[in-house]
Amino acid sequence: MTTETPAVPYGFLDLPRLMALMTGDEKHGPAATSTLDALWVLYDRVLRVTPETADRQDRDRFLLSKGHGPMAYYAVLAAKGFLPAELLPSFGSYDSPLGHHPDRLLVPGAEISSGSLGHGLPLAVGTALGLRAQGLTDPAVWVLIGDAEFDEGSNHEAVAFAGAYGLDRLHVVAIDNSSATHGWRGGMAARFAAEGWSTETVDGRDHDALHRAFTAPHPGRPHAVVARVEPKTAA
Amino acid sequence: MDTMRERFAAVTTDLLDHDPRLALVLADIGVDAFAPAAARHPDRVVNVGIREQLLIGTAGGLALTGMRPIAHTFASFLIERPWEQVKLDLVHQGVGAVLVSAAGSYDWPAGGRTHMAPGDVALLDTLPGWTVHVPGHPDEAETLLRHAAADGDSLAYVRLSAHRNEHPVPVVPGRFTRVREGSRGVVLAVGPMLDAVLAATETMDVTVLYAATVRPFDAAGLRAAIGERADVVLVEPYLAGTSATAAHDALADLPHRVLALGVPKEEHRHFGSIPEHLAAYGLDATALRARISEYVW
Repeated sequence: MTTETPAVPYGFLDLPRLMALMTGDEKHGPAATSTLDALWVLYDRVLRVTPETADRQDRDRFLLSKGHGPMAYYAVLAAKGFLPAELLPSFGSYDSPLGHHPDRLLVPGAEISSGSLGHGLPLAVGTALGLRAQGLTDPAVWVLIGDAEFDEGSNHEAVAFAGAYGLDRLHVVAIDNSSATHGWRGGMAARFAAEGWSTETVDGRDHDALHRAFTAPHPGRPHAVVARVEPKTAA
Repeated sequence: MDTMRERFAAVTTDLLDHDPRLALVLADIGVDAFAPAAARHPDRVVNVGIREQLLIGTAGGLALTGMRPIAHTFASFLIERPWEQVKLDLVHQGVGAVLVSAAGSYDWPAGGRTHMAPGDVALLDTLPGWTVHVPGHPDEAETLLRHAAADGDSLAYVRLSAHRNEHPVPVVPGRFTRVREGSRGVVLAVGPMLDAVLAATETMDVTVLYAATVRPFDAAGLRAAIGERADVVLVEPYLAGTSATAAHDALADLPHRVLALGVPKEEHRHFGSIPEHLAAYGLDATALRARISEYVW
């Protein structure tokens, strides 16, 4: 096993091949790739964290809350050199660090262990508070959730608090593939906006639109980007 | 004399002044007592409102950034309501925290079952790594709180109570203290149960051990206290039997007996006062005398 970063960096077009190392299939349905574009744009153009700075206290943090279907996440981490691509075929096997839900003590670059839904956003609130308490007002904290995961009440505890508290280094990217059983009438963004968040709703496959939404200024307020992708059931 | 909770506020306020790594997370319970600390350290004293999942999640997030969080509310809302957060946001993330509870078992009998969590210590026994402190006096609470706050990135639970003993025991965190010598058995009193145990066993030839830290269970301390007979009585201020397995394990290679007394599992649908509930549970001095003397012969 090697931990060297690849000599030739991977690009977005390499991700299906990296995912295939885990799934055995280069063609992935929308559900498996719902997070792929948002993850790529974040790691490629937004997050100030690299394998070399992954232990620095002033790094940006990305917390994958929606830990189900982490193939896209592992593929992006591999593409960016956090973990060697040679590990990917071990996905889910006994001695692999790559479980079907990420374990932060095993996966290089993973900020949290997730799998049970609704834990990432409260952890991100604490992370943002912890950085602020240490005078680190620059690092951004990002957390990725899903529209069905948003059913969990713990998210709503965090959304209301973060808005009221003005946690402006906290960022949510919500992947909306219309998989929430009862839906979100009026849209997910309205739930954030009602609590004082800055919000953007964009095409979750459009990299430039994602980048613009991710980097939009939001002084004094936390920021939520709803990335809409194909409905899960349309696969 | 102050209460354990008042001492908790004073000690934590002092600790926040001197240790920049500490942060306090509250969920509306106990907020007034920490107003001075919040004014001095607005970034390290956070009240999330009545949101207990967020209370523990926030503690986990703070710890992920290298801080030492202290989270406080009533035991029902600190351990039971956000139980999965205790399991995943702290233990599974591999981070530490100090959880400080009040009103664990019977502190507010008039409040009824919704404000009673006698199973809290037993629940924590299902997870690895927890140190559990059960002080019986405000001075012990101070010793144990200061120890827990400075104890690296450990997982610590400090169970404060309105029920207390008259005098403090000079406790060493993690160790049982021998407060009376005898030969016909060992009675282990946990935290606030000590005064009643001492009164109940006054005329008995038994060793009385005192535990203000119950996890890790001081097996060596129990073994060393065993006299002629490996007969042990546990008297715990939470769910009866919580430490029975630990006591059996400590004596596994000896013929032994363990009587485990504590708060019964059955709901007790009465209100009233702490003494009334202790009597009803068979945990006041009179009831303990009868139960222990019948067992230690």
